[in-house]
Amino acid sequence: MSEIVLQIDGKKVVAAAGMTILEAAQTVGIAIPTLCHHEKLAPYGACRICTVEAESRGRMNMVAACTYPAEQDLVVTTRSEKVDKIRKVLLEQMLSHAPDSVQLTELAKVYGADKDRFSKESSFCILCGLCVRYCAEVKKKNAIGYIDRGPRREISFVPEVAGKECWDCKECFDLCPTSALQAAYVLTEALAATPTPDDDGCGSGGCGSGGCGCKH
Amino acid sequence: MDIGRIDQVIDKHDGEASSLIQILLEIQSENHWLPKEALDRVSERLQVPMSRIQHITTFYKAFSQVPKGRHEIHVCVGTACHVRGAQRVLEALEDATGLKPGETDVELKFSLETVNCLGCCALGPVMVVDGEYHGNVAPAKSAEVLKNYE
Amino acid sequence: MLMINSPAELEACRKDILSKRDPKKPCITLCSGSACHATGSEKVARAIELEVKNHGLDVEVDIRRTGCHGFCEKGPIVVIYPEGICYLKVQPEDVCEIISHTFKEKKIVERLLYCDPNTGEKATFEHDIPFYKNQERLVLGLNRKIDPKSFEDYMAVGGYQALSKALFEMTPEEVIGEVKGANLRGRGGAGFPSGLKWEMARNAPGDVKYVIVNCDEGDPGAYMDRSLMEGNPFAVLEGLMIGAYAIGAREGYVYVRQEYPLAVSNLAEAMKQATRHGLLGKNILGSGFDFTVKVHCGAGAFICGEETSLLMSLEGKAGEPNPRPPFPATKGLWGKPTNINNVETWANIPLVINKGAAAFSALGTEVSKGTKIFSLVGKVNNTGLVEVPMGIPLRDIIYKIGGGVPGGKKFKAVQTGGPSGGCIPEALLDIKVDFEELTKAGAMMGSGGMIVMDEDTCMVDISRYFLEFLSDESCGKCTPCREGIRRMLRILTDMTTGKGKEGDLELLEELAETTKGASLCALGKGSPNPVLSTMHYFREEYEAHIVHKRCPSLSCKELINYVIDPEKCKACGSCFRQCPAEAIHGGKKMIHEVIQEKCTKCGTCLEACPARFGAVKKISGEPVPAPLSEAQRTMA
Repeated sequence: MSEIVLQIDGKKVVAAAGMTILEAAQTVGIAIPTLCHHEKLAPYGACRICTVEAESRGRMNMVAACTYPAEQDLVVTTRSEKVDKIRKVLLEQMLSHAPDSVQLTELAKVYGADKDRFSKESSFCILCGLCVRYCAEVKKKNAIGYIDRGPRREISFVPEVAGKECWDCKECFDLCPTSALQAAYVLTEALAATPTPDDDGCGSGGCGSGGCGCKH
Repeated sequence: MDIGRIDQVIDKHDGEASSLIQILLEIQSENHWLPKEALDRVSERLQVPMSRIQHITTFYKAFSQVPKGRHEIHVCVGTACHVRGAQRVLEALEDATGLKPGETDVELKFSLETVNCLGCCALGPVMVVDGEYHGNVAPAKSAEVLKNYE
Repeated sequence: MLMINSPAELEACRKDILSKRDPKKPCITLCSGSACHATGSEKVARAIELEVKNHGLDVEVDIRRTGCHGFCEKGPIVVIYPEGICYLKVQPEDVCEIISHTFKEKKIVERLLYCDPNTGEKATFEHDIPFYKNQERLVLGLNRKIDPKSFEDYMAVGGYQALSKALFEMTPEEVIGEVKGANLRGRGGAGFPSGLKWEMARNAPGDVKYVIVNCDEGDPGAYMDRSLMEGNPFAVLEGLMIGAYAIGAREGYVYVRQEYPLAVSNLAEAMKQATRHGLLGKNILGSGFDFTVKVHCGAGAFICGEETSLLMSLEGKAGEPNPRPPFPATKGLWGKPTNINNVETWANIPLVINKGAAAFSALGTEVSKGTKIFSLVGKVNNTGLVEVPMGIPLRDIIYKIGGGVPGGKKFKAVQTGGPSGGCIPEALLDIKVDFEELTKAGAMMGSGGMIVMDEDTCMVDISRYFLEFLSDESCGKCTPCREGIRRMLRILTDMTTGKGKEGDLELLEELAETTKGASLCALGKGSPNPVLSTMHYFREEYEAHIVHKRCPSLSCKELINYVIDPEKCKACGSCFRQCPAEAIHGGKKMIHEVIQEKCTKCGTCLEACPARFGAVKKISGEPVPAPLSEAQRTMA
């Protein structure tokens, strides 16, 4: 396998083909914060907390370290005024959902993020998708998925599958950066719904979240 | 919609999982909404997990998981219509039907929807009822149009 | 002749078709694009057929339903050839007169001619109408000459010549060289050089490759792709096949919005006919090149216009973008090298091959070659699709072609580039329109939507409008886009409803920076642009909303009041009768008054008040005058 030489925070790093910036940085002990990244899962690039500056052929781009491939002669800066500012605002946005998350609070200290900067949101979830992807990619159960899009995006258990699979597993709870609050909450609700014979069409006892447009 | 018909739609697409969206579109267009039984059948036949179907049916705007009214009103809220007063047309229709966008009345007479540009910008503001286009509608005229529907 | 098996047979077939056509034979063409359809062109078509038959002219006169002519504001459009007499806004009841006058008495129906709204001058022929006169319709022009469902029509205008040339006279590398030499840039958004993109896909390792037509035209206010797909699907398919040959693909997909039913059905018909003549399928024209196409309908998601989302959708998943690299050119559909171009780009390909790179790039600016189709809409007299050479001054598009702003209103801005674009003010109207200049002005080319705004359009509301659109269309996958748009929209909504606070502008800038810098895809990265460009050029409007709770354009509902000028009210009762909220205090010989507590600000009173009185007006940022006493209201 061919070797790639790049520079991260002034250090020369030799990476193997196929490595991401994040992985390359890890080999030399440079830590880049992550939230949606998990070594057992395919890179996803959703939380963007790992945003770094990457300069290639004279052009500087902001890229997600967890998905961007290590390229020959790439010059990466993992901390800069611009990077820190982005991470601060991202953390503040996420803290409006999960103000008590230990992981977020720790990061907030590093980047000077104010957890009260934005008004509180009703959902605890920061949509890192770890639960959804772990259930699909590792457990292959697909008991939990996304619904809707944009700011209305949520996670939602599939009642029939969750009813069978989840009580004995619950492995996703430990992955949740917001202390599993939302996962537990949604699960409880999904399981509490009892199927009724003639329903209004949105499924057994409703989608449990209102997201599908039924009146639950 | 009976299972036999759903199977026909699935067979038409050779039961291919990649045709999931096309299959759901056909069921939606024929039945005007996607009942749970239909989704279960599609999930089973295509071997696609329900979580993905649940995501798709809520992600794409064309799908509905609740029954629609006999008449579907679409108000274009594209930019050209917006600068020509589409918001006021929408408000007039909300008043006339008592519905907010995305809702259907209890008698299942009307469903009100907004659509992000129909590409008939020259006619804006535009509303479409059951596929029939009404261009250059003033707010008062838009409510008037609905009187032709039973 | 059914199957066409060689270039010689293709030309023989063309010769045969042309030999049966007399260019001098009268032909009534009728625009049957979506907009004309919506204004009743089908009824007009049937009336024409009937009338022609009744006059016994059915042998002497041809009738043709064509694609979109572009002058959508004036539809349904009837053009009578060979003269090119152009009748606008034709209704079924006009048809009798058109046939008897034009064909029997050789006279013109004056009242159906184009009439310049500014000068009152009439134009009889298509080429005399200012809207058409100042255009260069190389791509769109064929729309009005052919029936989009007729293979023969497409052949008659030179169809498949480019494909034949590419397959038999050029190697794939030469085809790519030609496209590169023409400097054709993608017409769908970012303007990436198409030739380079093709080359990347050609050079990517793999036996199976795909080519895709992106017809998920989602930019609100842009509809050129629909018009091309509806009006000339054969050309799009021909372009696609040339691309497939160049890249080494045997399979193609067309991704069309389901909101465009006519485009879907015309395309399906074109595919059927092309297949029947052997111009899709195996061994095309005997060249050994095989190619098939599948049509995939979008299900209502703007984000699917983004390449990686489109691919997800084609694979039957939710349309969430994936990080690039890897680019679709190396890892696209099902992980195979894939080339995606938008409709207008594909439609340009036959032109590039037929004319050659040098001739193609003779038009345009240093960096942007050829023509571009814009949809000129909003507050402009001549609404429609316009095709102009790159580099034309923006002012010419809006005034020379568009005829300026209607109703004597003042031009304020033109929005280009869709939801990732920006608003260009009056002061910059002389810029030359190409990819670079528009970007420099804080806007972008995008797919070519041009929405003209006048003094009544509030720029804060426009930026709120785009954020609302994007909030509805964001996929929600990444934090900066999902949360950033949510927050920015909330701030802008507050501003337009009188709840703006000091510090809001700075906060908007900060959120914009994060969203722009950290978002995964172009939708997120571009989402702050409408906010930033309006803040840059129209900051005082923002400040008026925040500081004075005033909407200078008198547009934001929560910041305005409707009032009746007691000096001007003639107690005619129009507003009183029409107000849906019973919010008018009326009475015989009594000056009318708006009851502010009841008023829903629907604006009906303003429209109801006869222009000669002009008593109803909107105010903003100033107190509503105190109600008059009964005695004061009584008129002498």
